Amino acid sequence: MMTKTKTETLQLNVHKVTLRTKLSRNRTLILMCLPAIVFFIIFNYIPMPGAYIAFTDFNYNKGIFGSRFVGFKNFEFLFNSGKLWQLTRNTILYNLAFIFLGNALQIIIALMLNSILSKSFRKVSQTLLFLPYFISAVLVGFMVYALFNYDYGFINGLLKNMGKEPISFYSKPGVWPVIIIVANLWQSTGYGSIVYFAALCGIDQSLIEAARIDGANGAQVIRYILLPSLKSTAIILILFSLGGIMKGNFGLFYNIVGTANANLQPMTDIIELYVYRTLINQFNFPYSTAAGLYQSIFGFIIVNIANAVVRKIDPEYALF
Amino acid sequence: MKHQDSSMVVIKTISYIFIGLFAIFCLIPFLMMVSGSFSSEEVIITKGLWILPRQFSTEAYKLAFASPKLLLGSYALTITLTVCGTSLGLFLISMTGYALQRRDFFLRNKISFFIYFTTLFSGGLAPTYLWMSKYLHLKDNYLAVFLPLLMSPWLIFLMKNFIKSIPFEITESGKIDGAGDFRIFVSLILPTLKPALATVGLFLALSYWNEWYNAMLYLSNKSYYPLQYFLYRIINMANYLKQSTAGAQVTVGNLPSNTLKMATAVLATGPIVFLYPFVQKYFISGMTIGAVKG
Repeated sequence: MMTKTKTETLQLNVHKVTLRTKLSRNRTLILMCLPAIVFFIIFNYIPMPGAYIAFTDFNYNKGIFGSRFVGFKNFEFLFNSGKLWQLTRNTILYNLAFIFLGNALQIIIALMLNSILSKSFRKVSQTLLFLPYFISAVLVGFMVYALFNYDYGFINGLLKNMGKEPISFYSKPGVWPVIIIVANLWQSTGYGSIVYFAALCGIDQSLIEAARIDGANGAQVIRYILLPSLKSTAIILILFSLGGIMKGNFGLFYNIVGTANANLQPMTDIIELYVYRTLINQFNFPYSTAAGLYQSIFGFIIVNIANAVVRKIDPEYALF
Repeated sequence: MKHQDSSMVVIKTISYIFIGLFAIFCLIPFLMMVSGSFSSEEVIITKGLWILPRQFSTEAYKLAFASPKLLLGSYALTITLTVCGTSLGLFLISMTGYALQRRDFFLRNKISFFIYFTTLFSGGLAPTYLWMSKYLHLKDNYLAVFLPLLMSPWLIFLMKNFIKSIPFEITESGKIDGAGDFRIFVSLILPTLKPALATVGLFLALSYWNEWYNAMLYLSNKSYYPLQYFLYRIINMANYLKQSTAGAQVTVGNLPSNTLKMATAVLATGPIVFLYPFVQKYFISGMTIGAVKG
């Protein structure tokens, strides 16, 4: 990262370059970054101190700093009601499933695409695998509804055709983790497999040929050359996804289960849904902010741990 | 390959079958939607959805276009947002990306971290919502949808990685000719960035076209909504469905609401799906380069 360029070495030689000369020399470059800096200040940095709402009994008219300070009361409520535990458990378990099943499937798909020699078959199937990535969460939610609803759903249509009783999926909380996980895999696997596929394409072909000459069969090539070559990519990708384990895919959950079906909540509620619901439906700023801040801080700690682990494995890949 | 060993044959066969099945699995919900939208309402209610149209009917589309004011307005709005957002976003992102990869720019690491930090920590939804609505007065303003999608740290770093692969000599030659940094960026760097602009542009266009979240948060009293939020309202709000067909010669009881919803879904998604095969090439190569962290 810190390779000294010619100009920088030069600057070191010419005694001390004052900050002012540096600024004026880079004036245009600073100006070029300015829109981005202003953008992130307005949309990301300014709201940050607003997290203080979590420690108040916020009143919309009095504003953030006019409201009464209540310490950790809002967090205590979330904790004591058991809600925080349920949300944390669901968020983490869903993410673990998304990450591990997702990466496993992506690797399998990439290996299989790699062993398919017909270019046209590969191209068509890749296009189809990508298709779900291009649609909005709204449509994903609607598709899930069209598949599973009681009245005219695709699945229930099939069941009726086979002379079986239709199933009321929307009153069975237990099936939703499976549906949500499958929906997530459906939408992201094709897209996610590109990185692995690219890594496979980057393998030195002479390595594979040499193994073949030594008598290795197809399965052995996969086992001893292709899979090991994906190992570092997989570890890094998984670690970074684990860094985001507290963040949920709001769009997917919101459009698939919504906020109204309390029956499904024990199995489907994630932190983002709670933050949204308490804010927009109940207009409860303090609880919403408290849950959001809890997520942010917990997530911040985890991403730092993940980054430290990545740094240990390969400093090149560390994010910061 | 000269000798085909038996394990290779098995692996290939399994690969063709599995990939083929997975591709069909990806396709089925789409087939179901399109077929549903071309079926008659009665057959859907009595027999359920299928992957081929049953009792072929274009009634839902006729109804969607019977009084198309809301639909066409949403189209116009979404196209405007997508075109303006993608072009302005591309310009700002590539300009920032260029400055941030210049190794003679002494603030580059500091500014990079300043941008990156926003992905590590955030104030959360409630403070952002309060700031946007109470202080910036962006409630029911299309800017609330337009602005937040313009840039993202990940797109800026993706672009920065792309530009890094362009030899620094190009910048140096511009400097020797006496061009300023902005001039160098516009006339020397931008023209070499086509694949990068295509990739990042596709991501931007996708996020604008598929935008519904900010619209849901901030727009409630508008005549027109971004398409995906329009679709959301058609699907989830019975009143809005009726309102969207106001003026058409249908009595409310006979409204083929299910097929109409599916026809709206097809209309709202069609353009971006048809665009995809044309940009797939750039997208895959772009993702491959972007995957390399810098």
